[in-house]
Amino acid sequence: MQEAMIKRAAQLLADGTVNRVMGWKRGEFVYDTTPAVFTTADELEKEFVCDDFTQANLSKYLVKESRKEGKILAFLKPCDTYSFNQLVKEHRIIRENVYVIGIPGGPKLDIEKIKAKGITGILSVENENYTLKIETLYGTETMPFYEAVSGKCSSCKSRKHVAYDELIGEDGEVLEPNRFDMVEKLENMTSQERYDFWRGELSKCIRCNACRNVCPACTCENCVFDNPKSGIDQKAAADSFEENMFHIIRAFHVAGRCTDCGECSRVCPQNIPLHLLNRKFIKDINELYGEYQAGADTTSKAPLNDYRADDCEPSVVHERGVE
Amino acid sequence: MQVNENFEPVIVAFCCNWCSYAGADLSGTNRLNYPANVKIIRVPCSCRVNPMFILRAFQRGADGVIICGCHPGDCHYTSGNYFTRRRITLLYSMLDFLGIERSRTRLEWVSAAEGAKFAAVMEQFVSDVKKLGPNRRLEDLRCRKQ
Repeated sequence: MQEAMIKRAAQLLADGTVNRVMGWKRGEFVYDTTPAVFTTADELEKEFVCDDFTQANLSKYLVKESRKEGKILAFLKPCDTYSFNQLVKEHRIIRENVYVIGIPGGPKLDIEKIKAKGITGILSVENENYTLKIETLYGTETMPFYEAVSGKCSSCKSRKHVAYDELIGEDGEVLEPNRFDMVEKLENMTSQERYDFWRGELSKCIRCNACRNVCPACTCENCVFDNPKSGIDQKAAADSFEENMFHIIRAFHVAGRCTDCGECSRVCPQNIPLHLLNRKFIKDINELYGEYQAGADTTSKAPLNDYRADDCEPSVVHERGVE
Repeated sequence: MQVNENFEPVIVAFCCNWCSYAGADLSGTNRLNYPANVKIIRVPCSCRVNPMFILRAFQRGADGVIICGCHPGDCHYTSGNYFTRRRITLLYSMLDFLGIERSRTRLEWVSAAEGAKFAAVMEQFVSDVKKLGPNRRLEDLRCRKQ
């Protein structure tokens, strides 16, 4: 598939449809891939990569890129097209300046899960009939593909592209994963247990801001967490309150706009399950205000920008089961 | 949890200028008693209350936060309190999800004519928070009074 993508990108560059290509390039190791912009066919040939490790969601980069001169070609996986749609809806991406090629999604691999098996010195990873053949400095190792699938792909919500100009490969279906299992499990705990769970998770936070920086819904030019007068900008959390506040506010600011792409948890260097906070909001919105998938279209009203006269009262929270 | 009989909670009440603030005023002019624990902050509309306000109140020593606004349909700005309702429902649900006691947060609709309701709501809320004891799960240790 990588060859087909490079070929098509080179064609579009040559005929002047686009003047840049947004994709991924290889980092220091085979499993390091990073979003990159290419301007020539040579660069594409040399550096462009699309494999089992190219997980990064490219749609957020298009906010800036679509404001530059000329059209840019972007390769988007199904999950990325939801974020893309959401950003188009919020007038953050200028749709006319982007040429979207939809590519099949995952499942993608999480290198940490391979390393967790004690496999080190990795030179290459190949997928042969859903068995990973891993060449290392110390010999060849194998492991089942599905044990290394990244967290965000294991609860994939859709293999269908919701925005594209053309497709490479086939379009898939909208899936129905049990993505609220863990949220439900937490909801059924007592409030003390929940508090202990989240203290354990959130106290790991080092305030690197990676979750905010990677989030396709977080595109404000002036972020509340960069306000020097707030007392919480650019610093590690000094108190459990600050950890809680950062994560509550971060999740709240994307409530109703989060497409559940899972990038926040993927980039977290401390492995905090941040997507659970977003999913809690999604679950509440679905239950209280009707099913809503952010980014599924560019016209519907976001649940928090909308209301009905017969909405439930906040006391529904107080009437739930266990305290 | 052991209940400290002498514990006096600090309650922050965000009251909308057009209804609940006038309601509080009415309960005063009617000589109705409500607990002195309640510290009222006047806001132009209940919709003005940003989630950060609520968290900041807890950070700086509040034991409970209550938001009061016009009854749905009666908003001075037509639809402000409808947005408040969705927003605050989600926020309270999230606080509950993170293990913060849900009885520390409340939203009530109090009109300018409901001075008696204002006093009753505050009486009830203060006694609920009193039972819970001091806010320990969402406080900032640096702000704790010795």
